[in-house]
Amino acid sequence: MRPYRPKKNVQKRAYYNDRFWVAPPVPREAVEEGTHFAEVVATLGDLCKEAYVSLGTLVVHIDANENFETIKRLKEQCGYGMCSEQSAVDYLATDGEFELFWQLLNLDEAKRVRVTTRIKEGEAIESIYPLFKSADFAEREMYDMFGIVVNNHPRFKRILMPEDWVGHPLLKTYPLHGDEAASWYEVDKIFGKEYRDIIGPENRDPAKIDRYDTKRFSRIGYEVPFGAEYTDEEATPVEYSETLFVNYNKESKELSERK
Amino acid sequence: MQVKNRLRPFFENLNFERDDNTMVINFGPQHPSAHGQLRLILELDGEQVVKAHPDIGYLHRGIEKMAENMIYNEFLPTTDRLDYIASTANNYAYALAVERLLGIEEKVPRRAKVIRTMLLEINRVISHLFFIATHALDVGAMSVFLYAFREREFGMDLMEEYCGARLTHSAVRIGGVPLDLPEGWLENLAAWCDKVDYETKHTYEALLTENRIWRMRLEDVGVLSKEDALSWGATGVMLRGSGVAYDIRKEEPYELYDELDFDIPVSDRCDSYGRYRLYMEEIYQSTRILRQLIPMYKETEPQLMADAPRYISQPKERIMTENYALMQHFVLVTQGMRPPKGEVYAPTESPKGELGFYIKSEGEPYAYRLKCRAPSFFHTGLLQELLVGSYLADVVTIIGSTNIVFGEVDR
Repeated sequence: MRPYRPKKNVQKRAYYNDRFWVAPPVPREAVEEGTHFAEVVATLGDLCKEAYVSLGTLVVHIDANENFETIKRLKEQCGYGMCSEQSAVDYLATDGEFELFWQLLNLDEAKRVRVTTRIKEGEAIESIYPLFKSADFAEREMYDMFGIVVNNHPRFKRILMPEDWVGHPLLKTYPLHGDEAASWYEVDKIFGKEYRDIIGPENRDPAKIDRYDTKRFSRIGYEVPFGAEYTDEEATPVEYSETLFVNYNKESKELSERK
Repeated sequence: MQVKNRLRPFFENLNFERDDNTMVINFGPQHPSAHGQLRLILELDGEQVVKAHPDIGYLHRGIEKMAENMIYNEFLPTTDRLDYIASTANNYAYALAVERLLGIEEKVPRRAKVIRTMLLEINRVISHLFFIATHALDVGAMSVFLYAFREREFGMDLMEEYCGARLTHSAVRIGGVPLDLPEGWLENLAAWCDKVDYETKHTYEALLTENRIWRMRLEDVGVLSKEDALSWGATGVMLRGSGVAYDIRKEEPYELYDELDFDIPVSDRCDSYGRYRLYMEEIYQSTRILRQLIPMYKETEPQLMADAPRYISQPKERIMTENYALMQHFVLVTQGMRPPKGEVYAPTESPKGELGFYIKSEGEPYAYRLKCRAPSFFHTGLLQELLVGSYLADVVTIIGSTNIVFGEVDR
């Protein structure tokens, strides 16, 4: 039987998978007593649903509606003075959820905490802009790339993609080469929808060859002047220079020596 | 003949008709001192900036999306296109994240570590020279540009001699480095270090540090308080220029930085001049590190790639002589390595600041999610606050002082 593959994920998948191979997990350690991380977990108290140390970083799972409170406590009570990164991971295909993470840094202890939570599709998250202004761009990017709405953000709009773009590019359902709307975006914007038939969709295949395009391609044996249309498909006689061809059958001094 | 289209002509640079007596001007995206494709919408009251909105995305190539569709080794050359002034720093940050995910960070041979640290520091010097060149050019000092680019060219010659490329190096691999140093390279490196030190001291610093015009243009321009720097996620020189002594090389050391002797310059001036001084000082510190690395190289064994046959191909001799090594190599090349299931965030100190890669792996040969934490992205966000209150003439100085690169901002 063929294995089930979620169709909501159109990203590249491994062609071959060993049926009995299970990926080992990245090692997780329990939070040791007496360490800085143990204090952090104690300070968070009930906010922290699950906590472990993975590769030197404390990972804290929280409820989505408590993200502001958690990060506020981390900032004000645990000394995590910088939010170095925040973004999301798309698990819509498998779980119908997004995983959100905030990567916080304590500059005095040189320790990092990753706060993670999960939200359902269509749910919104509270902005942490009042705590960390770096969230301004990071949250806008998260919205732009995933369509996750952030509440109480001062200037909430797209950041990398144009304002009138359709779709959110980092979703697993969004193809690598862009969707239907993406292929018409520039034609619609510059010339108008009525020009779609004349111009055609944007070519996103860099290896595409149009044999009737005489401006960018010329077919060997069928050359016509630049921009001219093919009227008939008769071969153009081409005279190649003789010097291009090297006669290897001819006896040379080196060859004779080697023989 | 031009086809008639819907892009109507309009006076895009100026908007005079406003009720509140302010003027909105559009800066970029094609401005020579915008350091790439930065569009700024500035609201001016007289000559003073009241509001600044950076508009980015003109260089967006979807590198994070591409990472989800490429095997781990395949993606490495793409990271060159992030911060294209110092590509090896990106290659390395990515390779480090994958190595931590695989758990082979400790297995990287010592010679590879020495070479990587050398390349990172050369890239730092190259990037800082580029900074001083373009920053001085933006402010109006043309000759510094010419001199600094000369030394930068020599540095790029070193990179070219090592890996064959001048700008997009891809000189680091996951698990080590691909090549050993060519013959005579270390002597060239030592000579270049001396030259950079000499020129920095006797040319750039002599031209700029006490230069009256330079100081007038930079002092108390773009003042970033410590609280703002932390809140906006400023890293690297932007953070250290605001009086926070945090360098990832010292605090969370990677490679050989814990064995090397170097200082972290910090300035509490909080302005562009302080940051300029830090860049100059960091050049000296980088050459100091490079000089320490030269004798360290000679003590190392010749192995260059980590011995982790599950993830990294075996050396060529074994691939050519052992059947199983050949099979593993074939699988790694055609299918790609399958790292453990989990997530990792690896921060590094790139010339621009904290460059980190967050990788979420589901055990597939393709990363499930890759997030590039680019320092310039956050420094661009910072401009919203940094530019307000400054004069129009200082806008270019402040942008130059943040040292943003748009390959990194837009990704």
